Amino acid sequence: MITLTIEGRQVSVPEGTSILEAGKAAGILIPHYCYHPGLPVAGVCRMCLVEVEKSPKLAPACATAAADGQVVHVHSESALEARQGVLELLLINHPLDCPVCDQSGECELQDYTYAEGRRSTRYREPKRVNPVEDFGGDVVYVPNRCILCTRCVRFMETVAEDPVLNVSDRGDHALIGKFENQDLTHPWAGNVVELCPVGALLSKDFLNKARSWDMDRAASVCPGCSQGCNIVIETRDNVVARLRPRPNADVNQYFMCDEGRLNYRWLNRRDRVAEPLVRRGDALIPVDWEIAIDAAARTLTGRRVTAIVSPGLSNEVLYLLRRVLERCGAESEGVFAVRQGPEAPLPGVPDLAVRADRAPNVQGAELMGFRRTDAPLDAVRSGDVLLLADADLSAAGAAVVSGALARAADIIVIGTTVPAWAAGAGAALPLANMAEDEGTFTNLRGRVQRYRQAKSPPALARPGWSVLADLLVALGDPIVVWTPAEAFSALAQAHPAFAGMTYEGLGATGTVVADAREPRAVTAGIGA
Amino acid sequence: MGYPHPPHPRETVLLSQYFGDPEARSLAGWRQRGGYRALEQALAMEPTAVTTIVKDSGLRGRGGAGFPTGTKWSFMKPGDGKAHYLCCNADESEPGTFKDREIMRWTPHALVEGCAIAAYAIGAETVYIYIRGEFTEPLQRMTEAVREAYAAGLLGPGAMGGKARIDVRIHKGAGAYICGEETALMNSIEGRRGNPRIKPPFPATAGLFGMPTTINNVETLAAVPHIITQGAAWYKAMCLSSPKSPGTKLFSVCGNVRRPGNYEVVLGFPFEEFLYDLCGGPPAGRKFKAIIPGGASVPIQTMDEVRATKMDYEGFVAGGSMLGSGGVICIDDAQCMVKQIGRLARFFAHESCAQCTQCREGTSWTTKIVERIEAGQGTPDDLDTLLEIADNMTGKTICVLSDSCAVPVVSGIQKFRDEFDAHIQGHRCPFRVAAAAA
Repeated sequence: MITLTIEGRQVSVPEGTSILEAGKAAGILIPHYCYHPGLPVAGVCRMCLVEVEKSPKLAPACATAAADGQVVHVHSESALEARQGVLELLLINHPLDCPVCDQSGECELQDYTYAEGRRSTRYREPKRVNPVEDFGGDVVYVPNRCILCTRCVRFMETVAEDPVLNVSDRGDHALIGKFENQDLTHPWAGNVVELCPVGALLSKDFLNKARSWDMDRAASVCPGCSQGCNIVIETRDNVVARLRPRPNADVNQYFMCDEGRLNYRWLNRRDRVAEPLVRRGDALIPVDWEIAIDAAARTLTGRRVTAIVSPGLSNEVLYLLRRVLERCGAESEGVFAVRQGPEAPLPGVPDLAVRADRAPNVQGAELMGFRRTDAPLDAVRSGDVLLLADADLSAAGAAVVSGALARAADIIVIGTTVPAWAAGAGAALPLANMAEDEGTFTNLRGRVQRYRQAKSPPALARPGWSVLADLLVALGDPIVVWTPAEAFSALAQAHPAFAGMTYEGLGATGTVVADAREPRAVTAGIGA
Repeated sequence: MGYPHPPHPRETVLLSQYFGDPEARSLAGWRQRGGYRALEQALAMEPTAVTTIVKDSGLRGRGGAGFPTGTKWSFMKPGDGKAHYLCCNADESEPGTFKDREIMRWTPHALVEGCAIAAYAIGAETVYIYIRGEFTEPLQRMTEAVREAYAAGLLGPGAMGGKARIDVRIHKGAGAYICGEETALMNSIEGRRGNPRIKPPFPATAGLFGMPTTINNVETLAAVPHIITQGAAWYKAMCLSSPKSPGTKLFSVCGNVRRPGNYEVVLGFPFEEFLYDLCGGPPAGRKFKAIIPGGASVPIQTMDEVRATKMDYEGFVAGGSMLGSGGVICIDDAQCMVKQIGRLARFFAHESCAQCTQCREGTSWTTKIVERIEAGQGTPDDLDTLLEIADNMTGKTICVLSDSCAVPVVSGIQKFRDEFDAHIQGHRCPFRVAAAAA
């Protein structure tokens, strides 16, 4: 460890740490553009120039190692002057089109210019102009806004290991180029949008959709696959507008895949079941929650139940469902199926990939004693109550579905939608989806991670843990759960794998269950 | 005077002795003129002994920075288990400089021999000679010389009777000034974009392909065989002024001067005599107005400033400029300094690799302002803006291209402010008006 002083604050950091990172450790942000902790150091934007005592020149904080006894001034006159100079130069060819730029409000050029830049420009010459270019995938490039920080080039080269981008031309004509006949179609290429500090690389999906200051944000976990990348869900007017990665060094570093990023529209579905329903003759009619819960409890009591659950439900909901099954008739069981998709690793980050299991809580479902199967409907026996817990069975063939329906004596739906084939259900209990609820998922490495509520559920739909707590009480279980934290605490007390965990203690980055599996390689060559 | 004219009697022809002599180009011809004896002598010594001789000779880098060559070689640690490389910087792109071109055109074997000796001294098995892309004839001569040297067993696995393995590879640049910057040159050899690297690490630690590398200029390496055969003391004694600057140096003279060309003089030669006696002074009826003594990157000087200058590393610095690459650009009193400075700035703007913000944007902005002033559209605050941009471009970037662009602008405004003011106040270039009237 070495000790240095940055802006009057003493800080100790391991040898080899850059001044910029040491500044972060001391709670001082040294302005920068090209530096990104997930990428190799380039040292080109020259924005992080700081004054180091006894050094003849200003030092780039990102590329200068912190040294014992160093005294660093971030806001000295010479450092401020140098950064003001960089900002002025970055702006001379930058269109001042913030009012129509997607990045506005979350733009580092805007932020630092307001913080440290000149109030007016001295530039009177014509600006350099280049046309907008479609980079393929979800990415569009606006070269006029580009500050040539090369984060995107370095990401594609060293992290995605798919060097599609380059710096083309030189001098002030330089821009980010795309190699002939290649596109940003790598499954992780969308991260360049996130990495871009300005509005040069934009998501086509998000283009002109919302202003950053109009959105609400909630820390969450990607529901796309079992990797469990940490994300932020951004909503505008209770509609999910965008998903972005949230750093977690143990799971996804700074990244998320394009599939996960773009797979959010289902969170905004309008065909939701929004009121508790019970069967009256041929129709499902809206009723009070108490009536629907009682109807469901009466149907389940003493019967053999086959629960088909979604591996996208939270640990708490799955735990409470398990408790429901224990209150039902003998030999009741729960099964789940996992939608499969191709794996796609991000080569530059160990143990990070789009996983084949396209569900966020496969591990959680297994830990709660649900049986994984490719044919969940086959588990339904004659005379069973089929408890459908938000499982997506659209992949099952019509014959399989009608066979199961013929065997099932009753159907209870607990979920966000009622599929057409389950229209004959005796009761339907509407749930909030994962963006409307909070809870925890267990990723494929056994990491239990919290996700927060990002929007409100439709009409009378309620969080799953709350619905199931009521159902359990109706089934005679003495459980008392009034909050998601209590639901988690009930789980932690009951399940050895979760022993000792607390909801608050999971923090922003999660905790690994007691019997977590060892990490394993996804494909050859990917370090674990 | 050097090639294509006979040498001036006051020149000391060491490197340029055979300029213009086509027979010196071939291996046989070079051997007749004493070639490859130095390599033989060097291979009979310990590598460190070779380095010591070069160190003792006081030879300094001829590419511009003037770093002591022997000291640079001594940074290469023998027996570190890593591959060592020698790079020869033959990317001579500094405007006004054309000395390396002549060495390669006329005495290619002098460079091959110098490379082989240096490679032996630093324990490098592979030498890359990085030749400027536009240098088609030097490339051809060097390729032929290397081929001959391989055929004669001077290079390759059994170089000089199997004493050492020395491979020389010629790499042709693609036409970028920045590739003359040592780390950009290494990137270019590696097949990457020719962008300078952040230092540290320095090339002696992690250079070409991440391995310890020494990089020397053509003229530096071509001087080495002479030092080996005639001794460090002999070389060190060749000195007219500062004892820290021994040896001969090729100066390329161009611009408004009667006898342009390459001149080889002992360092410390009086600059005024050089300009008037050797180079013949300005064209008839003209006067020297400004001299850029060391290539486009060094401060512009007025004739009054250079009059007392001694032509060595210390002498040019004392006069307020730098020896640089030895490219002497003469500008007479019929030239518009604003136009000349604009031309220099345009060059740097064109050649900026675009990595660092100050360089990418600053060189181009500077060019636009100077050219606008030259076109009669300048405003009084433009000069302050130029000086502030120049200050912002100095000492803040990865390499010195940005600084190099600021240097002529700052020195030009300081020393020829009246010309800038005349453009701004008169809203036109006075030299164009004069030319139109004539």
